[in-house]
Amino acid sequence: MVPTLKDVIARCEALFEDLHFSAVKEWKAAVPGRKAIGYMPIYVPREIVYAAGMLPVGIFGGGDQMEVIQGDAYYQSYICRIPRSTLELGLTGRLDCLDGMLFPSLCDVIRNLSGMWQVLFKDKYVRYIDVPHNYLDQVGGEFYINEMQVLREDLAKIAGKPITDAALNASIAVYNDNRRAVQDLYAYRAQKPWQAPTSEVYLLVRAGMVLPPEEHTQVVRDYLAAVDKEERPKRDKARVVLTGSFCEQPPLSLIKSIEMAGCYVVDDDFGLIMRWLLDEVPANGNPLEELSKAYLHRSAQQASKYDEKKEDKGKYLLRQVKQGGAEGVIFAAASFCDPALLERPMLQEILAQQKIPYTAFKFAENTGQMAPIREQAGTFADSIKLWSDA
Amino acid sequence: MNTTIQMTPPQPSQKPAPEVQKEDAMRLQKEMINANYRDLASAHDQGRKVAATFVPGNLNELVMCFDFARSLPETNALQNGMRKKSGKFILDAERDGHSEDVCTYVKSDLGMMLGGETGPTGEKLPIPDLLLLSYTGCFTFMKWFELVRQKYNCETVMLHTPYQGDGKITQSMRDYVVKQLKETVIPTMERVSGVKFDIDRLRQYMKESAKAEDDLVKVLQSAKNRPSPIDGYFGAVYYIGPIFTAFRGLPEATQYYDVLRREIDERVRNKRGPITPEGELLEEKYRLVVEGPPNWTSFRDFWKMFYDEGAVVVASTYSKVGGVYDSGFRHDPDHPLESLADYCLGCYTNLNFPQRIDMICKYMDEYEADGLLINSIKSCNSFSAGQLLMLREVEKRTGKPAAFIESDLVDPRYFSAANIKNRLESYFQMIKQKRAVAGIATAH
Repeated sequence: MVPTLKDVIARCEALFEDLHFSAVKEWKAAVPGRKAIGYMPIYVPREIVYAAGMLPVGIFGGGDQMEVIQGDAYYQSYICRIPRSTLELGLTGRLDCLDGMLFPSLCDVIRNLSGMWQVLFKDKYVRYIDVPHNYLDQVGGEFYINEMQVLREDLAKIAGKPITDAALNASIAVYNDNRRAVQDLYAYRAQKPWQAPTSEVYLLVRAGMVLPPEEHTQVVRDYLAAVDKEERPKRDKARVVLTGSFCEQPPLSLIKSIEMAGCYVVDDDFGLIMRWLLDEVPANGNPLEELSKAYLHRSAQQASKYDEKKEDKGKYLLRQVKQGGAEGVIFAAASFCDPALLERPMLQEILAQQKIPYTAFKFAENTGQMAPIREQAGTFADSIKLWSDA
Repeated sequence: MNTTIQMTPPQPSQKPAPEVQKEDAMRLQKEMINANYRDLASAHDQGRKVAATFVPGNLNELVMCFDFARSLPETNALQNGMRKKSGKFILDAERDGHSEDVCTYVKSDLGMMLGGETGPTGEKLPIPDLLLLSYTGCFTFMKWFELVRQKYNCETVMLHTPYQGDGKITQSMRDYVVKQLKETVIPTMERVSGVKFDIDRLRQYMKESAKAEDDLVKVLQSAKNRPSPIDGYFGAVYYIGPIFTAFRGLPEATQYYDVLRREIDERVRNKRGPITPEGELLEEKYRLVVEGPPNWTSFRDFWKMFYDEGAVVVASTYSKVGGVYDSGFRHDPDHPLESLADYCLGCYTNLNFPQRIDMICKYMDEYEADGLLINSIKSCNSFSAGQLLMLREVEKRTGKPAAFIESDLVDPRYFSAANIKNRLESYFQMIKQKRAVAGIATAH
């Protein structure tokens, strides 16, 4: 039976709110011996984890529904919230279902958290995933292939069997399919943002952090089929790209507030791992080489990734604006997020040169006061609608 | 052997100018740093190219092979901090759109640019011809040079140093750094400078580096003596200046460390304590290990708080930020590029958390420290994120008390003298009490 739109949304919402990761536990319990490996934003090669027969699980902090007590004891007030709520998840046993954690190369805080995890959770597999900032295949590519090979061998040891090229290629194909579905979702929203509000798209993306990829692909396809049958009212809202939320996530209520204030979010960088690689990864070649090439030459641009040339800066954001038909950009960065906040002035300068309006604010994953954000987003939307050249 | 230098007060005052005590080596170090600013100011007039790069992962020997004048933005920021100029620069950068949340070294540098690039000594700093982005141990470096590039359109070359996530340097990591040097960094430097790379020149510089590194290690390890003849944090800032910046590999640096070592050897022989700006520390009451960079805007006030209590820092992690030489690493002229790779990979903030905790525990033991003090710096997540766990682990493993204070690098708004002083006084009381309890236990 094809699920209704209401069913799809309700399921995604339940997955999003479940900080005990019941879906992961159920997946593990279904077949004895199954393992799950957590990862933090932004990008890790999940294909390798899944090829090992393990479930990759995205850990995006504790959101606004969890009280952080123990996690706060490990961080000063000037550190962002995601590491403290992630520690809280770990220290309160909510992540016991994970057999390991991967910490991507993103910023100093997440990098240091990898070592803290080694100290605090000695019985778990922990790996820092370094990605190259040199984009030559024979230099950065070779290093990255070696890094992935280490992960492959480590996971094979945990799984008790080697990860073959065939398994990796099969996994790459599964994720290609998943990426296509998410890209379709984003394209649909950009085309008809009144049909697919970002508060729903976001829940669908977050569901992909805990579901096996094939299942998630189906959920996205079900949503697209169901939502297209709905007739939702089209409003005269400003079309915006929301950027800067690639790691710590804003509360769902903040996303809803932006939409309620008169904005259609036509592109964003939530859960960017779903769309990090920009196109198909060939599933019939040397798998690690293909994953490396995709990372080096065909991946998203974002604050934690080095731009080799000045003229490269902002290209991805400008493309988001163009492809999404956006009329403005909202910079929404987590407080104390070094990459996003250091990147912001450069991107703002580029937008100003292109005469693209923008506004900026900061949030924390547990931000509770939405009135100022609603007012700011509303004013921004009004200014676009009333005063822009378009 | 020490000299008294009359310091010019920053503001007109009725009070007599404070007398600052300095060792000869400290004076020499200051002269070297000032000479480098003069060198930078005149570089373009003399037809020389200028390279800017960072302290951790500083490839000074390599940069010198191309006759670049060398600018280190962190040093510029800290010098501006010590000269009370950084506060305005930071405000200017914030007014220009930079977030209050991010690194104040970066904002001080950008503020200085907005003010016309007048450097700490009042001389104009040139716009760099090359930004050598040695990406070692700190993500902010990458954004910092992207921001400078955005403003000045400078040629930029990245040297990405992988992080020691597993607590070791693998051959793959070393090969990656060497390949970058061969395939991107050296060709870019040749092109920008117009000077062809000569590996024998590099070897010669590295021979000098190794000599200076030997002496630096002897100086830092002299703090194992009782009393310690040096302060391994505040004093060490002066000692690491030449080797962490534009001088490593030059005969002047070798000479500086030779002079310094002799001075310190003499202090050890005479059982003298460290020289501080307030005078020699005559009675060593507390021996501490310190984690984290110092505050620069109130550097002297901060140091005085230790002096007043008879506290000496016997070892610090900050003095390893530009190279962990006491673990045995030396620049190796027989394997020049591999050695540069190992240098970058081994800098303190490129070590993982368990390694950093191990290092501190080792210092506590080898330097017979009474405790650990963490100066947590708001600007520096590379150092600061996770330090509270570090504190717990070190206390657990050594049984010695640890304390935590917070300040910033060059933002005067984040130095609360009263709070820090109170915290330090309580901490010293705690150490005293622990000693008393231990004394009673021993007596029984």
